[in-house]
Amino acid sequence: MLNLKSITIVLLVAASWMFFMSADHIDAPDVQSTSADITDYYAFQSTENSNNIVFAVNVQGLLSPSATSGAMFDENVLLEVNIDTNADNVEDQVIQLIPRDGKMYAFGPFAPSTTGLTSTVQSTDDPLSVDITAYGENAIVGTKDGSKLFAGPRDDPFFFDLGAYTDVLAGNATGFSDPGNDTFAGTNVLSVVIEIPKSSIGGSGSVNTWVESKRK
Amino acid sequence: MKFSNSYIFLALLFAFSLSIVSCGDDDDTMVEPTPTLDFSGTYTIADQMGRPAINTVFVSDDRKDEFNTTSVADMGGAFAGAFNDRLLALNPGYTTNALGWDAATFSGALATDVLTVSLDGTTTFFDGTNVLTGRALADDVIDTELLLIFGGEAGADNPGLTSDNVDSNDKAFLNTFPYLATPW
Repeated sequence: MLNLKSITIVLLVAASWMFFMSADHIDAPDVQSTSADITDYYAFQSTENSNNIVFAVNVQGLLSPSATSGAMFDENVLLEVNIDTNADNVEDQVIQLIPRDGKMYAFGPFAPSTTGLTSTVQSTDDPLSVDITAYGENAIVGTKDGSKLFAGPRDDPFFFDLGAYTDVLAGNATGFSDPGNDTFAGTNVLSVVIEIPKSSIGGSGSVNTWVESKRK
Repeated sequence: MKFSNSYIFLALLFAFSLSIVSCGDDDDTMVEPTPTLDFSGTYTIADQMGRPAINTVFVSDDRKDEFNTTSVADMGGAFAGAFNDRLLALNPGYTTNALGWDAATFSGALATDVLTVSLDGTTTFFDGTNVLTGRALADDVIDTELLLIFGGEAGADNPGLTSDNVDSNDKAFLNTFPYLATPW
């Protein structure tokens, strides 16, 4: 009985930690633990080619190694990279990423026919695509017209002492511990990484960007 | 009756033999057409993010789904006030931060959750020189956010709260595409 109670308390504490999760991992009730849950978003200049920009979108976080081989992208979930080139917080260009039959397809960047909270896939013939890399397999890279595409499991690149942060918020600690403890160590995510020429989204200056998951 | 049955039989046999011949002769035109993939339908917002940890840190539990399903263009109007309250709850002593932003300016900037990315050079959340020009894999974004929330104008306030003391990932990133490390 005492053991059961202890276990329950531990689980409750763990659950409350999870609730405060991190970059965007399980950030809200409707998406947490679903195939549409975005965990992180990165945008950076390519280290291979400074004329290119890279967008990395991660979903379905906190995968243990044993759970990773069974994790799959959802064909009903569209991942959409939004790019605002004139600082009005409305997307001027989008990149649409969506899986079919073991491949990831990338459409764009193009000016979308509609903006906002709903989308249709504006597919084109002969798009950039790549076989989704299986767990344990070497990364498969799709290329087309100077762009590159990858989809598959990766180490979660996010690092954060979430436990200590939660303790601080709960009033159980007055500061972080040193050294800290990376809550995300040893966990995986499903990643889609796309590298495109900067010239395809304006070439210079700054853009505002965000990623959306949209469900059919 | 008999004649006509035989006639039909022969006709069917002839047709069948023709179909065999045409199969044999027309290999080139019998290649399976590439299947047309179906991307039809309307896809509706489920989750979104720009900068790291914004929904997690600044949005109250009862509005997290609302934040994920609000157009980026509408986020500022809908959430800036609540972000200001949250910032002052996290750090009651907040006056300004290392960017020189008062609470209203900082909250207003955060509430529109977009990641600004430079197409002209260094892309980093913060590298000691460049600020908010992108987000690279190795950027310690949590420390940057903690510093801006708790560190005050000089970054020296609340020293126990301005770093989580986890400064890097548990696996090295790659110098080549796809850059993220192999899974555990």
